[in-house]
Amino acid sequence: MSVALEIRNLHVNVEDQPILRGVNLTIKQGEIHALMGPNGSGKSTLAYTLMGHPAYEVTNGQIFFDGHELLEMEADERSQLGLFLAFQYPVSIPGVTLANFLRQAINARRKAVNPEDKGMPIPEFRNLLKEKMDTLQMDHSFAGRYLNEGFSGGEKKRAEILQMATLEPKIAVLDETDSGLDIDALRIVSDGVNKLYGPELGVLVITHYQRILNYIKPQYVHILLNGQIVESGGPELALTLEERGYDWLREKNGS
Amino acid sequence: MSEENTELQALKSGYKEKYGFYVPENYVFKARKGLDEQIVREISWMKSEPEWMLEFRLKALKHFQQRPMPNWGADLSGIDFDNIYYFVRATDKEVADWDMVPDEIKETFDKLGIPEAERKFLAGAGAQYESEVVYHKVREDLARQGVIFLSMDDGLREHPDLVKQYFGTVIPFNDNKFAALNSAVWSGGSFIYVPKGVKVEMPLQAYFRINTQNMGQFERTLIIVDEDAFVHYVEGCTAPIYSSDSLHSAVVEIIVKAGGRCRYTTIQNWSNNVYNLVTKRAVAYRNATMEWVDGNLGSKVTMKYPAVYLMEPGAHGEVLSIAFAGKGQVQDAGGKVVHGAPNTTSKITSKSISKDGGQASYRGLLKVYEGASGSKSNVVCDALLLDEHSRSDTYPYIEIDEKDVTIGHEASVSKVGEDQLFYLMSRGLTEEQANAMVVNGFIEPLVKELPMEYAMELNRLIQLQMEGSIG
Repeated sequence: MSVALEIRNLHVNVEDQPILRGVNLTIKQGEIHALMGPNGSGKSTLAYTLMGHPAYEVTNGQIFFDGHELLEMEADERSQLGLFLAFQYPVSIPGVTLANFLRQAINARRKAVNPEDKGMPIPEFRNLLKEKMDTLQMDHSFAGRYLNEGFSGGEKKRAEILQMATLEPKIAVLDETDSGLDIDALRIVSDGVNKLYGPELGVLVITHYQRILNYIKPQYVHILLNGQIVESGGPELALTLEERGYDWLREKNGS
Repeated sequence: MSEENTELQALKSGYKEKYGFYVPENYVFKARKGLDEQIVREISWMKSEPEWMLEFRLKALKHFQQRPMPNWGADLSGIDFDNIYYFVRATDKEVADWDMVPDEIKETFDKLGIPEAERKFLAGAGAQYESEVVYHKVREDLARQGVIFLSMDDGLREHPDLVKQYFGTVIPFNDNKFAALNSAVWSGGSFIYVPKGVKVEMPLQAYFRINTQNMGQFERTLIIVDEDAFVHYVEGCTAPIYSSDSLHSAVVEIIVKAGGRCRYTTIQNWSNNVYNLVTKRAVAYRNATMEWVDGNLGSKVTMKYPAVYLMEPGAHGEVLSIAFAGKGQVQDAGGKVVHGAPNTTSKITSKSISKDGGQASYRGLLKVYEGASGSKSNVVCDALLLDEHSRSDTYPYIEIDEKDVTIGHEASVSKVGEDQLFYLMSRGLTEEQANAMVVNGFIEPLVKELPMEYAMELNRLIQLQMEGSIG
């Protein structure tokens, strides 16, 4: 049976201000969903809350992942279950190479499953990383750079996709992965996501613009407005939005 | 790496099991507690020293007694000079064969891995236990090339003229209160001479061990690197955990002659009841290079500012220091570089980490004398705070009396941010693993300067500190 991420009536406050006001959404492995919305609608709040950032206070609702109640878990436990967040603004970790970071992440996950695990042997890890980098057409020297330190916008996003490829999540949330990318970088990153997509991976693409959806084709599109999903539909909804903007939805929902 | 994992697990047992053990005292001689002229005379007599050394000691004692405690830096009011053993002789001879070392002492060093390290990657090793060196050996091929690596006591006996020529010239007995104390009661330490053009490719290592409660250890090291020669000297140290304090106050003097290079690496891992107050200074002559790599992880209080005096054109000095202040610890460390000649260059890099209420300070002096034209220096100090209760302070003194110089200075204080932790944890690392990763990354620029064995050792010790074990 495929794994699902189920968000039920989710209410979230940030610094005591309600941002999400009852979000309902279910994403299954093998599906691509797009979540669109204007600035301030709560898109990134949803992304951070799903991953368990401590600054986001859930006041009501539930999130299930493969039947487990996520809200009880720390970010590392959520990750180990198979949830992944590609950050809009990945932070840099000076002095830690991308390769070293990924190896430790893999080993931490193995250890979480089996406390006796001695970690992935280095040659095996090297081969794995090379294979993933080749899939994403990345130069191998990239792995030796300090994590996100001095990366261009495009490099940061590619590094996020490489992490996703290596950690092999069941459900991945891409938080405004298209922001700050020129058209070439956008194409490369989108190609990467498309290569990883398959029956084992569910994707939630969070975006402000329709542009990325020319490359990553969702089966479902949802519109977030003022902390609620006000409209859901197929890919055509994104095009409607592109033509008409958000205003018709604001009027329709009386806000 | 499975090996790495096993080591990390072994570390979880903490400082106490790994380093903090002690063995019964079965000593040849232990002077009474306290310090006076009689004790100083006794030390000198037991070592059958030449008259000039006794006089040097007595002058130093007088200066120590008159000199007030320093009124800056860490709080030293907890030191009770009357409650310290100033001289403890554990065995009656120094040997060059581990099998000749008394069992209990040998077991201690076995447990600390010293003989194994010597076999694997050292050009020579020394081991000091309490006041004196119990084991000393240098590889024969180096000895044949004229490399001298002895305990300071043996150095004085076997090379009296060389010692007399340099001893106390870099750090005079009246330099500061603790240099005076060391000059009065010094015992043990290393004496190294590397002849012209000889390059000692593998490190020489000395290990210092305190076993007795209320011990004072006062080793004295003198290193002379002759023209175009090279040596890398490494020191390590540990002690048992006692409820009352011990004092470690060393003096290290280094002379690097024209074209020579000396690297001096310290991995200081005293237990958290040791006051560590050390004076280290080097002079570097024409085109010579002096490098201090100073890792301070242990001790209750450390005050240490390795110095380089650049005496002639082209001399280069570097100080790389890492300090980790955990619970109850004060690390007041840094470096000092004096540019006394034209076209001299220097670099000070300091990294400090504070955790669980620890206090780490960078205290440094950069001095450029008038006439040292064309000199260049760069000072970078970065501090990392792991929580709200810890402290980091920076005291970067810069005195420039020459116009034609290039000086760079950068300082930063950062906290391990919520966003960094969240990012790492979102990839499956636990909070502890995420913190350790940020810390390891922070010190990585310095760790990569170390030979692999020491880099691994340092990483292990950082890991130990991160586990929050109370040494």
